[in-house]
This record gives sequence, C-alpha cells and structure tokens, in this order.
Amino acid sequence: MKENIVIIGGGIAGLEAAGQLLGLGYKPIIIEKSDRLGGHVADWNCLFPDMTPAKDVVGRLIAGATEANIFLNTEISFVNKLKDSYNIMLSNGISIITKIILVTTGFSVFDASKKEEYGYGVYDQVITNRDLEHWFNTGNDRRIDDCGMNAVGFVHCVGSRDEKAKNPQCSKVCCITAVKQAIELKQKFPETMVYCFYMDLRMFGKKYEDFYIGAQRDYGIRFIRGRVSEVSENIDGRVIVKAEDTLSGKPVKVTLDLLVLMAGMVCNPDSTKVANMISLPIDSDGFLKSRDNVADIIDSPKDGIFYAGACTGPKTVPETLAEARAAALKIHLYNKTMQ
Amino acid sequence: MIYQGKQKIWADYQKEIPDDHWFYVRSCIRQNFFPGAEKMFLEICRGLLKKDFYETEHHTTCGGIAYHCDTIPQETVMTIVARQFALMTEAGYENYVASCITSFGNYIEILETWKEFPELEAKIRELLWKACKREFNKPKYVAHASDLIYKYRNEIAARAKFRLVNRHTGEPLRAVEHIGCHYAKMFPSRSIGGAEYPYVLSGMIEAWGGNVIDYPERRHCCGYGFRQYHVKANRGYSISNTYKKFESMEPYHPDFILTNCPGCPYFMDRWQYVIAETEGKTYGENGYGIPVLTYEELASLVLGYDPWDIGLQLHQVAVEPLLDKLGIEYDPSAKYKGLNRKDIMRPELPGVLRCC
Amino acid sequence: MDFGFKISPSSAINLDNVDTVKFEQLHDMEPDVYKCMACGSCTSTCPANRFSGMSMRKVILALQRGKEKDVVSMMRNCMLCGKCTMVCPRGINTRHLILSICRIYREDGK
Repeated sequence: MKENIVIIGGGIAGLEAAGQLLGLGYKPIIIEKSDRLGGHVADWNCLFPDMTPAKDVVGRLIAGATEANIFLNTEISFVNKLKDSYNIMLSNGISIITKIILVTTGFSVFDASKKEEYGYGVYDQVITNRDLEHWFNTGNDRRIDDCGMNAVGFVHCVGSRDEKAKNPQCSKVCCITAVKQAIELKQKFPETMVYCFYMDLRMFGKKYEDFYIGAQRDYGIRFIRGRVSEVSENIDGRVIVKAEDTLSGKPVKVTLDLLVLMAGMVCNPDSTKVANMISLPIDSDGFLKSRDNVADIIDSPKDGIFYAGACTGPKTVPETLAEARAAALKIHLYNKTMQ
Repeated sequence: MIYQGKQKIWADYQKEIPDDHWFYVRSCIRQNFFPGAEKMFLEICRGLLKKDFYETEHHTTCGGIAYHCDTIPQETVMTIVARQFALMTEAGYENYVASCITSFGNYIEILETWKEFPELEAKIRELLWKACKREFNKPKYVAHASDLIYKYRNEIAARAKFRLVNRHTGEPLRAVEHIGCHYAKMFPSRSIGGAEYPYVLSGMIEAWGGNVIDYPERRHCCGYGFRQYHVKANRGYSISNTYKKFESMEPYHPDFILTNCPGCPYFMDRWQYVIAETEGKTYGENGYGIPVLTYEELASLVLGYDPWDIGLQLHQVAVEPLLDKLGIEYDPSAKYKGLNRKDIMRPELPGVLRCC
Repeated sequence: MDFGFKISPSSAINLDNVDTVKFEQLHDMEPDVYKCMACGSCTSTCPANRFSGMSMRKVILALQRGKEKDVVSMMRNCMLCGKCTMVCPRGINTRHLILSICRIYREDGK
C-alpha cells in the first residue's frame, strides 16, 4: 500500500476521509493552507440539531487523522500532469507524485460587505453569523452588549439565492443556523425580542422542523417573511431594518440593537485554483463539477480525482462526513483496480 | 459608523473624468428654480478654473421629464438625445456634461441601451436624419456637472474664502447630502461612490470643511418623482416622501442640505413651506427651515460670491442663518434687488415658516 | 392652509411601536399561538372565509403587528364550527384561540 493519496484541504471532509483511509491501511497526505485543522467547523461553537460542541467533533476527527502526513501552512504551487499520475509541487518545496487526489477544499463564507445595502463593515451593529459564532466561543465582541439588548434581527439568504451577488444557489445551512443562533441568543438574553427575516424556511434535515417549532413556541422568536431591503444607522448607533412583511403585504421596519447577516456559502477560490491546475470543470453554480450530480457526486470527471464536502456545493456537516467516508471507500476500490 | 468601511466602497466606484473640453447642456427647470446655479457653474469652470466649456442655444430638453411621465415613447426621447449629440459633434466636442440628473441618467440609459441593441441605435440615426438631416457621434464621456465640481473640489478649496465651519463655535457645519435618484440608482458604476453611499457631494463637503450627516432615510427619494408631483392627485405622495426625509434628518440638526438634482433642492426647499403650513412644523433653528443648496451655489458661497448674485433670494427657506454661521456678509436690503439693482419685489411672508 | 393635498398616512408597520401587552396576555392563555407558521390551511377551509373574508391566519398575524382593529371584527363571522382546528398541521386549538381572542380583544376596548 505504498500508493500516495493526496487530500487537499484539512477541514472536516479531509480529516474524516484521512481517518477512514488510515483505517483501510493507507497513509494519506493532508495539505492544509492555514495553520490549523478543522476548517470552518473549528470556528463554530455548537452544531445543530443537538447542539453538539463543534470542538468535540473536530477534536475526534483530528484524533482519527493524526497518523496521516499533515502539512500545515502549505499551499499547492503547481501541478504537473505526468503520464498516469500527477506531480504536485508544494509551497514548502516538497513535491509529491500521486495517482489519487481527493479535493476537500470546501467553501468560502460570502463576503457580506458586498451587499452594500446591509452595511456590513459600515455600521457598527451589523455582524455576520460567523462573528456571532465567534462571540459564542470567546464572549469577546464589543458590538454585543452583555447587559442585554432590546431587539436583535437575523437576515437569511445574505449572498444566497441572489443572482446579483452571483450566487443563485441556496446555501442550505443558513436557515437552520439562524434558528439555532436565534435560540442561543434568546437563551442568553430572554428579554430580547428576536426577529428572523426569511424568504422561505428550508428546514430539510433531521429534527430541523422541531428546532423551528421550538424557536417559535418555546422562545417566541418572530419570523417575518420578507427579505431585508435596506439597513441604516440611527442617531444612537442602532440599526433600522426595512423589509416587506409579505404575509400582511405591508412594509415593515424595526429598530435593532444588533443585526446578524446569515452569510452563505460560495465556492472557495482555492477550489477554483486547484481545479484550474488539474483541469477540472466548474459547474454552472460556480462549484466544482461532479461526474454526475445524482449518482457520482464524489467523482470528478477525471480518473483518480475525487471530491468530498462543500467543494461541490453547500453541505451540512453530516452530509460532508458521509461524502468523506464514501470517497475513502471509493479511493480504496479505485486503488484495487489499479493494481 | 465605520468611516473606513465607506472608503472601501468608495474605492470601488471611482471614475476617470476628463479634465477639460466639455459640451455643456442645461436643465429644463433649474434656470427657473435656482437661476444662479448654472450661471455660476460656467463662471467657476470657465472664469475661475479657465476650462473650456461650450454651450449652444440650439439644444433642447432631453425629453426626460416627458419620458418619466409616460407621455412620450423612448424612441422619441432617443431621437431628441441623438440631436443633442449631433450638436456636440458639430461643435467638435467629445465630452458631454449635463446639468440635470435625470438628463444624465437618460443619456447613460440610452447609451447602454444602444450598446445592447445596436439595431435600435441604427433606427434612431435614421429617424434623426429624416427629422433634421443631422448625424452624430456618441460622446466619449458623459458626466454630470456635479462630477466636475467634485473633480475640481480641491482646486475650489484652495481658492475658498470661507470654510464650511460654524464661525461661532469653530465646529464643522453638519450637512445632509441628497443625491438625485437617476444619478446612481440605475447605473451605480457610472457614479462616484455608488448608489448606497454616494460620494460625489460628500467629497465636496469634506473638501470644503464640513461634516456629512448619515441619517436613516438618506437614500429616500426627495419626493419629486415626476408622476408624484406632476399629477395633482398624487401630490400628497410627493410631500409625504419629503416629510419622511425631514423627520428622519431632524434629530441630527443639519445646518444645510446639499443636492445635485434639479427637482431635489426645489422640493426639499418648497415643501418645507407646505409642511410648515399644513403640519405647523419647521426643521431649522428658531422657526427657520433648513437651507437647501445646489452644489454650484455652495461652491460659489465658499468661493466668496455675493449670495444675492448667485440667486439665493429665490429660495423659499431663508439662507441667512447659514450665511451667518459661515461668516458671509450680506446686505439684507439688497436681497430683492435683481440684475442691475432692479427691484424684483419682496414676496409675501409665509404664516409659519420663518423667512427673515 | 388647504393646498388640495396633504401628507398621506404611511402604511408601513413600525415594529418599534407595536404594543404587545395584549398579545402576551393571549400567549399566556394560548401558548400555541406562537406556533402558527402561516400556512393558510385554516383560512382555506373556513366556511365563513369566502363570504366574509374571515381568516385565522390573518388574525394571528395582525395581532402580532399591532393591527387588532383591522381583524377583531372579523371574529364576528366565525361560526365556531371547528374546521380550522381539524386542519391545523401544528395542532393549534384555533377554536379555543378564537374564544380567547374575543375575551382579550373586546371590540368596545374594555
């Protein structure tokens, strides 16, 4: 089993696949750009639907992958296609020859400042889902008033389902993340009025709908069907949010102490970079293109190159982990056919 | 408010504006509303900054008002605009500058439409030829006149006799800037600063020493809205929009409002009188209103021109409180003296809004 | 002075000014009122809807938006048949809710 297997990206998909491949007797190589493993999930506090601490999940995955060859702070400089393999040159000067590459480059969080009308980066009291999660982790954010806030709002679909922002796709996890974060805020500040501005609530996963019912019934979180059209700052620094309450057909406005933008998932520019290096096609949604979006989501159109996780589109944590396991098995079977 | 956040956005919406040689077209209505504004624009650009600005008495309306009121089809507007371009071509110019925001929006919209539908441009060329035997080149550059004052703002600041500073307190004056809708909302990329946080007027205010107020309804329409005002049955909508803006800016106590559109200063100025009469409410200090200025008027004031020479006596809201803050001396008895000291007669004073 | 036109009232709902005291009172009696997800099943099945406009969905929404004046009179059209309770997917006892609304939001304002 000397065959090299290169995993590009040390997020949860890369870690889980590495763990599975180690179990199958391989010695995979993980190339990670940043200085730590776990990707976006490592920045998160708790995961829906059971409020599992993200650090437990990431910790288990890292523990399962420690035997792999892991290169942190490492990028791919270039890739040369050889006859039946690839020569991957890393930024640390090491080169690897491999027949099997697993792309687990994941997603990027949409840059919420691109939605100029929401004022992220301009108004003090506008933050993102990621900033809020950071606060859950560290308790450190001067924008969040620990003495309690009168009203807080969540804006769904920021940079998702938005052709003008060049992201027509649904980011899938933001609805449930907003419900989760709204509940967590309400637990910390029971007196605070919490509004969610949504277009549709896409509660597709296991126990998501229970979460939604709980948010309404147990926490009194108010759901307003209407996309926020503009945000402005008040004289006292609070933000005024305008939307249409589409269920009553009337414009609605409200003054909030904090506005949380649910920034969506967009294709990681690093995925596109890797795709260009090994001539992988990009799908019409901007994510990497699978051989088939129904039956072969983890197969690239090229032999020996596989995908797992959000590089092919927005995914939840369990979906990503399932794909990573499937990819490990697929790589195992592919390796057998090569011999 | 994070000022650097706005600067980041402004950096995305900058445009290279040619420095000189412009074909200037006036607005249909500004000469009646604010008769000094366009005169002062040419005076500053030609007389003071020694730039080449050409204008011809043969140019007409751009058709924008009729277009936006749905009374003429777009082909007609395009043919009118094509004739304006023909006048520019005949005069040997390539840079076209419009005094009016709706004209500016209209020109940009038409040029963009022709880019997408070249067959329409061909048809308009044919219509223009049939109508008046003229041909035209499309302008290389279309600017709004406020873009040019923005471009020249530092040169104006260097020559300024007054800064936008309250001489009693030493504090910068608080200014509301209001951008005409058709300046950036249709084509944000053709503006300075974009549509959400436009910089064209803010840049002037900052360069001349003032502070810009960012109030919640800053993006809202002034209330003119063509079909809102011109159809009398809709006039309540017009004033309601203006009222909404004033209610929103009131807590910030603005010293003045700066505008770059023909309709905005007019409606924000005149509706203050109507709001005072119907609601009993005024927004300035001591029963006065908030003075509303065009960018040319403000440039002229900081450059030290006589307020009555630039037509400020035709404003409904008295500008004297602002002149006092700026430290600009004026002769109250000369207020209603027109050109060559001709008596233009004192207007009747309103009941609620304090005017002198 | 009469100019022949005046400032038009705004139709916008300002959530800052909504008085939620009565709705909270209602919520204490009927905790499930928070569970409505505005699916409209109650309205589509309501025998009074097609001739009177009675809509339970609209009532629940309007009460949360401080627009009780628009909807409380709607209650007079309800025949308490219970069909809405039968169809509600969230299991809200709408029939009981209607009686509670009538108790709290009396039209005479007492």
